[in-house]
Amino acid sequence: MARTAEQAGKAAADLGGKAVVKGQVLTGGRGKAGAIKVVSSQAEAESAAEKILGMSVKGFIVEKALVTERLDIKAEYYAAITVDRRAKAAILIISAAGGMDIEQIAEEKPEKIRRFVMPADNDEALRKWLAESFEDRGLLDQAFQIAQNIYRLFREKDCSLVEINPLAVTAQRRLIAADAKIVFDDSGVPQHPELAELRNADEYTADEIEAREAGLSFVSLSGEIGCMVNGAGLAMATMDCIKLAGGRAANFLDVGGSSNPQKVLDAMRILLRNEQLKVILVNIFGGITRCDDVAQGILWAREQLGITLPIVIRLIGTNGKKGRDMLGKAGLIATRRMGDAIDQAVACSGGGSL
Amino acid sequence: MSILIDEHTRVIVQGITGRDGSFHAEAMLEYGTKVVGGVTPGKGGRTVGAIPVFDTVDDAVAKTGAECSVVFVPAAFAPDAIREAADSGISLVVCITEGIPVLRMVDLYHELKDKGVRLIGPNCPGIISPGKCKVGIMPGEIHRPGGVGVISRSGTLTYEVVYDLTERSLGQSTCVGIGGDPIVGTGYVELLELFEKDEKTDAIVLIGEIGGEAEEEAASFIKTSVHKKVVAFISGRTAPPGKRMGHAGAIISAGTGGAEAKVAALRDAGVVVVDRPDQIPDEL
Repeated sequence: MARTAEQAGKAAADLGGKAVVKGQVLTGGRGKAGAIKVVSSQAEAESAAEKILGMSVKGFIVEKALVTERLDIKAEYYAAITVDRRAKAAILIISAAGGMDIEQIAEEKPEKIRRFVMPADNDEALRKWLAESFEDRGLLDQAFQIAQNIYRLFREKDCSLVEINPLAVTAQRRLIAADAKIVFDDSGVPQHPELAELRNADEYTADEIEAREAGLSFVSLSGEIGCMVNGAGLAMATMDCIKLAGGRAANFLDVGGSSNPQKVLDAMRILLRNEQLKVILVNIFGGITRCDDVAQGILWAREQLGITLPIVIRLIGTNGKKGRDMLGKAGLIATRRMGDAIDQAVACSGGGSL
Repeated sequence: MSILIDEHTRVIVQGITGRDGSFHAEAMLEYGTKVVGGVTPGKGGRTVGAIPVFDTVDDAVAKTGAECSVVFVPAAFAPDAIREAADSGISLVVCITEGIPVLRMVDLYHELKDKGVRLIGPNCPGIISPGKCKVGIMPGEIHRPGGVGVISRSGTLTYEVVYDLTERSLGQSTCVGIGGDPIVGTGYVELLELFEKDEKTDAIVLIGEIGGEAEEEAASFIKTSVHKKVVAFISGRTAPPGKRMGHAGAIISAGTGGAEAKVAALRDAGVVVVDRPDQIPDEL
């Protein structure tokens, strides 16, 4: 793994000069972006690494590059295991048309992508299915082993995707995983603490990381209206309605189902870090969440965080009147209708027709 | 009439001695649900309010004749709790718990189908047949009995829609939250079928969101097999691709799961799709 051009050159020299320099980022489309280069000498490796290190692939900056053996690739397959929501099962996906354009093939020639429900009823069924993609007996044996291994990985680590692309056939008729991508199921992580350590901080904004630590579900967006909503569906609907009213949401934030003023305070602190914010919109329909707890959190936030921005509040549901009364005594008005609150927030942000 | 649950349904609560389990067991009882027992291993013989607690589901079913169970057990133990209910003769399991790994649900889904046990959820608010029975965590007082059937992947967004319906005197036959996870026990199609057959349901509200293809499947079914009026709202039309929006199942990935395709499929099936949740009552 090289972090400088010099290191990359040295690593290529160790491999006899012929090598591949691959920029390491947590996204796809690296080949197309020019972050993977085939080189034939130490000097070429250095100049390739110079270009790759520091470049941006879909917004991810390349900070390190893998210098690896150059394979004599004769053919490229695609192999993956994922959960098929329609079949409600794990499926093995194989395509003989692997490589950089797999997404395009999926769209234009879906018949070139084959699917098989896992686990197989028996080894013979899986071998027979694979034989239609791997006619050569030697390759079939290897493909069978690989299919079983990636399925085991998929199950044991609670993955949502294990993907090998390309699954390369070398001149020596070896099947090699030339590149791979694994996505883990967030809900499985508590049972596999070793996976939490693999999390890459670059993939999330600082706000998103802090929100996760506070037990909140948060996604940064680009607008001016800071949103605090309970429930994912209502939070998305709030964003959608803001746009329809002519405004722009600054974030998605689900404060969750539990009832705790501290969570509201934490959420408010994270929202306020965004300097683009012009207004805060709180949209709460209490169920498990109690409106008096939310009101308490808002009052604490106002005391402790010195909020100068306007806050538009919609508060209804469990203990709604109590919550609205608490806010009213402190001079904050809470409405009962979502549409009214959204129109007000959009007006405060300078958008819309009001 | 109503679907899935009514005034005769006998319900037990798994995880009844936990914080959420005990609170909602009493809230359900107060609403009028026949909550006949609860289960927490090792705490048999106690009571929660007036509700007797048993060590096992087997015990609870034998003593109370329960046919429905609602699960509040933490995610790590919830799959086993659901399995226990299915093996003890419970025919309808409602799982409120959030955060069960998808692959555990894949296994469970097929096991329950083989056993003929219906699961609602996980990661859902539950079911309510207003005025008769509530098995879940929704605020009962916003509902009123009537002829609109509601099916939703969301919790609080469903409350929002129901609140608007009730304010406009549009009561509900049954409201079902199917859950926000990628794999849920019962999908739109099975519930659309039940609502289509239910004589007291006049119209159906379908609340969907980004992620997966469940709304597209629902649309194909509606096109061929539903004659009642269906009004839909899809949330997440402004959600960015590749980001998980709170619900584990709410993510647009590799070109599938976007809102526009869902809206188009539903409209093609003759469903009225509104832009804002508060427009739903206007269309009924």
